[in-house]
Amino acid sequence: MALISCRDLKLGYENSIIVDGLNFSVNSNDYLCIVGENGSGKSTLMKTILHLMPALGGSIEYGDGLKATEIGYLPQQTQVQRDFPASVYEIVLSGRQSYLKNRFFYSKEDKKNALFNMERMGIAALKDRCYRELSGGQQQRVLLARALCATVKMLVLDEPTAGLDPLVTVELYELIKRLNKESKIAIIMVSHDIGASVKYASHILHISDKCVFATRDEYVKSYKANVSNEEEASDKGEEL
Amino acid sequence: MSEMFDKLILYFQYPFVRYAFIVGVLIALSSSLLGVTLVLKRFSFIGDGLSHVAFGAIAIASVLKLSNNMLLVFPITIVSAILLLRTGQNAKIKGDAAVAMISVGALAIGYLLMNVFSTSSNLSGDVCTTLFGSTSILTLSKTDVILCAILSAIVLFAFIFFYNRIFAVTFDENFAKAVGTKADLYNLMIAVIIAVIIVLAMNLVGSLLISALVIFPALSAMRVFKSFRSVTICSAVSSVICAALGILISILMGTPVGSTIVAIDIIVFFIFFMIDLIRSR
Ligand SMILES: Nc1ncnc2c1ncn2[C@@H]1O[C@H](COP(=O)(O)OP(=O)(O)O)[C@@H](O)[C@H]1O
Ligand SMILES: [Mg+2]
Repeated sequence: MALISCRDLKLGYENSIIVDGLNFSVNSNDYLCIVGENGSGKSTLMKTILHLMPALGGSIEYGDGLKATEIGYLPQQTQVQRDFPASVYEIVLSGRQSYLKNRFFYSKEDKKNALFNMERMGIAALKDRCYRELSGGQQQRVLLARALCATVKMLVLDEPTAGLDPLVTVELYELIKRLNKESKIAIIMVSHDIGASVKYASHILHISDKCVFATRDEYVKSYKANVSNEEEASDKGEEL
Repeated sequence: MSEMFDKLILYFQYPFVRYAFIVGVLIALSSSLLGVTLVLKRFSFIGDGLSHVAFGAIAIASVLKLSNNMLLVFPITIVSAILLLRTGQNAKIKGDAAVAMISVGALAIGYLLMNVFSTSSNLSGDVCTTLFGSTSILTLSKTDVILCAILSAIVLFAFIFFYNRIFAVTFDENFAKAVGTKADLYNLMIAVIIAVIIVLAMNLVGSLLISALVIFPALSAMRVFKSFRSVTICSAVSSVICAALGILISILMGTPVGSTIVAIDIIVFFIFFMIDLIRSR
């Protein structure tokens, strides 16, 4: 049974359909990268999976004991977060909010879990620092630690490396890879970086007019075939 | 100096002075708590709009000659808060424009109503009081005092008990929703609390100065402190101190309470601003 399986999924806002006929599934231990042009609907898909907005058609099924509210989410950064006065610890701890249930305050266990996830992301030393004064890479680690507080099964990351410099980007990718390999957390990651997607992912979902869902190897093969076809075509073009 | 103390001691022998002082401090405390949320959620304009709506509601209440005008002012302000929050979230209607329309409209209609129907001999005095707060909060009736105390207590406890949720929803609404927090419910709660605070604070500083009472302490605290908890505590403390000082000064010097408190809030903001400047150099 897959963690998430989408059938004939239709995405969009009110009456405008952005993506149609989407079929894919994510199993535990999978690492799915979602690629596609800007505005193709990648963030929209993430929001639909997280129940932040309704699907316009088709179905999303959650299996293997996964609930939609037990997915750790790392959103694309918004402006409000940038000047918010909050310490790293406060933000990471807020990842445990679904464990509050009917309680008002965080338990010892919640606090322990927050500290544990900060260690895991290598930001324990930043505990009392102000979020807005951190570097971009540190901020992403904080949000990643918060997402980890909310889940043990699946992370959904929307362009986690946007705006980071190349070195920090690689570090973050390695960190996410470790979470997938060592902690057995399924990853769904939106990325504009096809190179990195192909390097790290086990599956790739390409969103465009015609959506493609394939394992990494299949995707690479068909991608190469496409490229060489195009090259052949252009070679012929030159000969003529 | 000792003359001043004697004067204060004399005043504080009267129970209504003591009550007014306590109520003023309670209002300042509860109004400062949600300041951070208001500023950060870009809701500050809602506070402004609501205070004008409350002014209009008071005008209607005084035209209808209600025995206790709070019975009308509370429901109208709370409903407006919910409506404004809704339009603010709706991308299609420009939130700012809607708020501006409602608030200016309420102000105009309120003044018109007071002007046409008022039997008071001192109309401009009445209007001035509603806009800028009574020249002295010593005119509060006993029911006002009790109502203020109860409502401030409710605001305070709601804030303490829902602190973690308010933080979560203010910091990142999408994340909160994704992990199953009922963000819309808490937004609604925040809106209702704001409405209550605004009606409360109207007694103290009048409808035009409410935003200052809500926002200045938060802005000051955000200059110096870096975590949500320390900013909240600092703005509560500075708001209480400013209000207490303001009330004392206004008793001693006979200045209007509302503007005295806000003037001190501004001074404190300036001090915090300087601290931040000096420290970051
Ligand atoms: N709140 C919204 N209401 C209506 N349309 C939207 C909304 N947000 C995004 N869109 C549209 O949906 C399309 C997909 O957006 P998005 O999912 O953010 O793309 P991306 O793949 O770059 O993440 C875009 O054409 C965008 O204009
Ligand atoms: Mg996007």
